Amino acid sequence: MTGVLPVTLEESTKIVQALLYSGKEYVCVMKLHGDTTETRINEVLEEFEDTIYQRPPLRASVKRQLRTRKIYCIDFLEMDGRNVLFRVDCEGGTYIRKLCYDVGEALGCGAHMQELRRTRAGPFTESESIVTFHYVAYWFAEWQQQKDDKILKKIIQPMETALALLPKIYVRDSAVDAVCHGASLTAPGVLSVEAGIGTGSMVAIMTLKGEAVALARAATATEEILGMNHGVVAKAERVLMPRGTYPKCWKSGEI
Amino acid sequence: MPRSIAPWEIERKLLVKAEDKTSPRYGCRPEERNAEAHIRYGVINLDKPAGPTSHEVAAWVKRLLGLQQVGHGGTLGA
Repeated sequence: MTGVLPVTLEESTKIVQALLYSGKEYVCVMKLHGDTTETRINEVLEEFEDTIYQRPPLRASVKRQLRTRKIYCIDFLEMDGRNVLFRVDCEGGTYIRKLCYDVGEALGCGAHMQELRRTRAGPFTESESIVTFHYVAYWFAEWQQQKDDKILKKIIQPMETALALLPKIYVRDSAVDAVCHGASLTAPGVLSVEAGIGTGSMVAIMTLKGEAVALARAATATEEILGMNHGVVAKAERVLMPRGTYPKCWKSGEI
Repeated sequence: MPRSIAPWEIERKLLVKAEDKTSPRYGCRPEERNAEAHIRYGVINLDKPAGPTSHEVAAWVKRLLGLQQVGHGGTLGA
């Protein structure tokens, strides 16, 4: 299998959580074990555009319990004999091999996954920022030679790009360091908040400069956050910014 | 059943609760990080080749760049 694999460097590794559960997109060649029509294939693929049940395969390093996964979209692309090319948008942790097997069962003739390429992992796609390992090796060596920091931007993206799909809460400078110490974010520290946050949603706490402070769990929904004057808005789950980046502003009574 | 919306299809409006400025004395915009910080808080959007496991490819990157640790955003089989 080939395709989009976000590789987190050093401190950025703290954000893998945000990526593991983000959506994925694949392009897949499924090999049918019998002959059937394009119409029939389309019918069956549409049935799978729903929440499905899967048990992780033997070789997976997760608990092998039955679990549900959402298939956001399946698009038939083309067919050549018994080879079927389709695109699928799904929740992270969906086994496409098992999906092909189940589609084969539903079709009656059986099928297996022949080839797979991931075209999206969360916010990362086969866009300008995707690079091969060779490209990375080449330009890294160039950077070491030329010492031009702009070269690094060809191969490395800021950690914040990995958080593009998470809802954001922007906070005052004075609220940042407390969160860096693991304190919960409280209402007075909030400047703006994205719509659609629900209790328990994973959110990214951000500074006005666009720096990621922490991954957190919302304690309450967007509407409440906007109306609150005090109280906990979100609990930090993974602090990303080093303590002391912003000054300590813990005054009793205020933020 | 209406189909679920993929995470990248969600449009989120930013709702302002209060206004404030950020001091230039603290912190740093991601775009303005120096090389060392850019790497330390960086992610590579890598096009994984066929053959090695995701873990192996991440290990290559770690060795190439001389890093202490790397991670990856979801296993892609060999």
